[in-house]
Amino acid sequence: MALELRGVTREVGGKVHIYRTDLLLEGGTMNVLLGPTLSGKTSLMRLMAGLDTPTEGRIYWNGQDVTGMRVQDRGVAMVYQQFINYPSMSVYDNIASPLRLKRVPRDEIDRRVRETAEMLKLTPFLERRPLELSGGQQQRCALARALVKDAGLVLLDEPLANLDYKLREELRVEIPRIFEQSGAVFVYATTEPEEALLLGGNTATLWEGRVTQFGPTPRVYRRPADATTARVFSDPPMNFLTVTKRGGVVEFGGGQSSDMPGTDLAALPDGTYTAGFRPAHLDLARQGEAALSFECTLAVTEITGSETFVHLDHADTRWVGLIEGVHALRTGATVTAWLDPAHVYLFGESGELAAPAAYAEAA
Amino acid sequence: MASITLDNLAHSYLPNPTSEADYALKELNHVWADGEAYALLGASGCGKTTLLNIISGLLHPSRGRILFDGEDVTEAPTADRNIAQVFQFPVVYDTMSVRDNLAFPLRNRGADAAYIARRVQEIAQMIGMEDVLDRRARGLTADAKQKISLGRGMVREDVNALLFDEPLTVIDPHMKWELRTQLKSLHQQFGHTMIYVTHDQTEALTFADKVVVMHDGRVVQIGTPQELFERPGHTFVGYFIGSPGMNLLDAEVMGRTARVGGTEIALDADYGRPKGRVQIGVRPEHTRLTREASGLPVTVTRIEDVGHHRIIRAEHEGRALNAIAPEGAEIGDDMTRVAFTQGHVGVFADDWRITPGKAA
Repeated sequence: MALELRGVTREVGGKVHIYRTDLLLEGGTMNVLLGPTLSGKTSLMRLMAGLDTPTEGRIYWNGQDVTGMRVQDRGVAMVYQQFINYPSMSVYDNIASPLRLKRVPRDEIDRRVRETAEMLKLTPFLERRPLELSGGQQQRCALARALVKDAGLVLLDEPLANLDYKLREELRVEIPRIFEQSGAVFVYATTEPEEALLLGGNTATLWEGRVTQFGPTPRVYRRPADATTARVFSDPPMNFLTVTKRGGVVEFGGGQSSDMPGTDLAALPDGTYTAGFRPAHLDLARQGEAALSFECTLAVTEITGSETFVHLDHADTRWVGLIEGVHALRTGATVTAWLDPAHVYLFGESGELAAPAAYAEAA
Repeated sequence: MASITLDNLAHSYLPNPTSEADYALKELNHVWADGEAYALLGASGCGKTTLLNIISGLLHPSRGRILFDGEDVTEAPTADRNIAQVFQFPVVYDTMSVRDNLAFPLRNRGADAAYIARRVQEIAQMIGMEDVLDRRARGLTADAKQKISLGRGMVREDVNALLFDEPLTVIDPHMKWELRTQLKSLHQQFGHTMIYVTHDQTEALTFADKVVVMHDGRVVQIGTPQELFERPGHTFVGYFIGSPGMNLLDAEVMGRTARVGGTEIALDADYGRPKGRVQIGVRPEHTRLTREASGLPVTVTRIEDVGHHRIIRAEHEGRALNAIAPEGAEIGDDMTRVAFTQGHVGVFADDWRITPGKAA
């Protein structure tokens, strides 16, 4: 099984919703669409489902052109952010409804409903009505209705966004397990980088209607193709600093420079670059000889229990550091932030990745 | 700003409550300090919104009193309580400009024009909407409208308290950062008494000085983020705070030793012989995979790479257990046991934490 988008675009009233996109999603894979609100995740999913027709380009399912085919005639299941169940029907009948529409024999319906309910831990609730269930159970019921169809393509549009944090945490662990048992092409839209990482599989990052990168999730995270991808795939956002590469070193300002061990500086032309580094790699204690130091003013600290987010003003840029342990620091205090050059990405003038961080190459 | 006293407060949505189970909010006695930021944290249906609505006056409690700075306001309607509220979904006047929306609470109270202009400008800067002040609210994104709601909630400086009911639900993750940081710095700057309802532990812990954890209509613990993380008073707090939550294992505790299956685990104090259902609780952050023969045997089921660390999902005798390994740490196939950091193993009896020495 495979879904392929070839040169697909979507324009509405002269406005581009999706720029030219090529994607190949293979059977048995989890594919995450990661991007902020209005970046094009839902537009792309609607094209994949056949709810919208591309302005240009073709869509293929198992090699067959399905571009104009109606959604009803495709093997597609969708789950939305709002749980959609029939309130007057029992959970059993809700799960059975797509099969009844397809006139599947009664015995087979019963078998498949019970199998799917078991997978989604709904067996004890089959006789209840959806509104008698918790939010998490309601969304599991909606998921069950999508999965019972045995659709080749399952589209999940921010399915956990309306759930409590802890339920989300539990379902995030369950969804990859459910998916591994199904073998379909899964597409999962989310605004949260952490959710993408937890789901694994492949990730397509989206920004303003463009797929900026597509590949195995940890690889897109550790080797972003450009600064936009790095920004989309970092929460809190990636920190940036303008630097100058001259000869064998990169100058980080304040008279500091680094030869950036593990980064092939010789391959880079001299000039101005944007250094990017993630919050978890900024530290308030010196780690290693090579660490660079930056004088910053502390704007805010936020303690999460085990870790502290420090919001730092360096020159006229706001950085965020994620520091282990609890650090009660005074707002307005001057602090030194440390950064190991092995954690620095270099981006070129138009934002393209010029050199990945050394640690990411080793990982 | 004011201190808030909850005196014998309880609420039931039933006309004639009989048992404790009939109460959506079980009896509560607390004094919340003037100028502190509190978060009410819990799952849907835990009673946090009920409590907030009692404080704001939208709901009259079945029992007990509520006092602002010692003054009984139990019978006072919302309008007389002098509070500002921000709800989950934006409440914005579509036909008014952003400026007029922000100015509305001040005009309502008859503030003078120069002050209004200055204050609106300050707030607009804080929420990053200076450049759209003269636009009508209609047509703005949900994000932008919610920022207006937040701004309007904060525009008055003379309120007793600021109440937020899940205000960041409709906001994108990147924007959440910005707004939360702004709320936090605003609090540090002006010292408003703030109460913030959320189901999201990250929001609660990062925003509040004190987090009020609620479960099943009851306040199970009030503490600083660090206290809740390091010394959860109840297994629910251990589970609810932290991601993943605390590992809980049935154990037999004798003095300074806990026995889990055939493995002995050293405790940092003498817990005596606690009664009831006894469990040890250890954070995944203090649980590490090891080859040491003294560790607790586990089966690793899945390893998740979450970027700056990895979550190791494992099982001990069918019971789920998680460990956290830093980015780049070795995870060998022969690491089939877990060990716990000395001093970070808690003991719980019938779900409540035992303080060593006080145990029965």
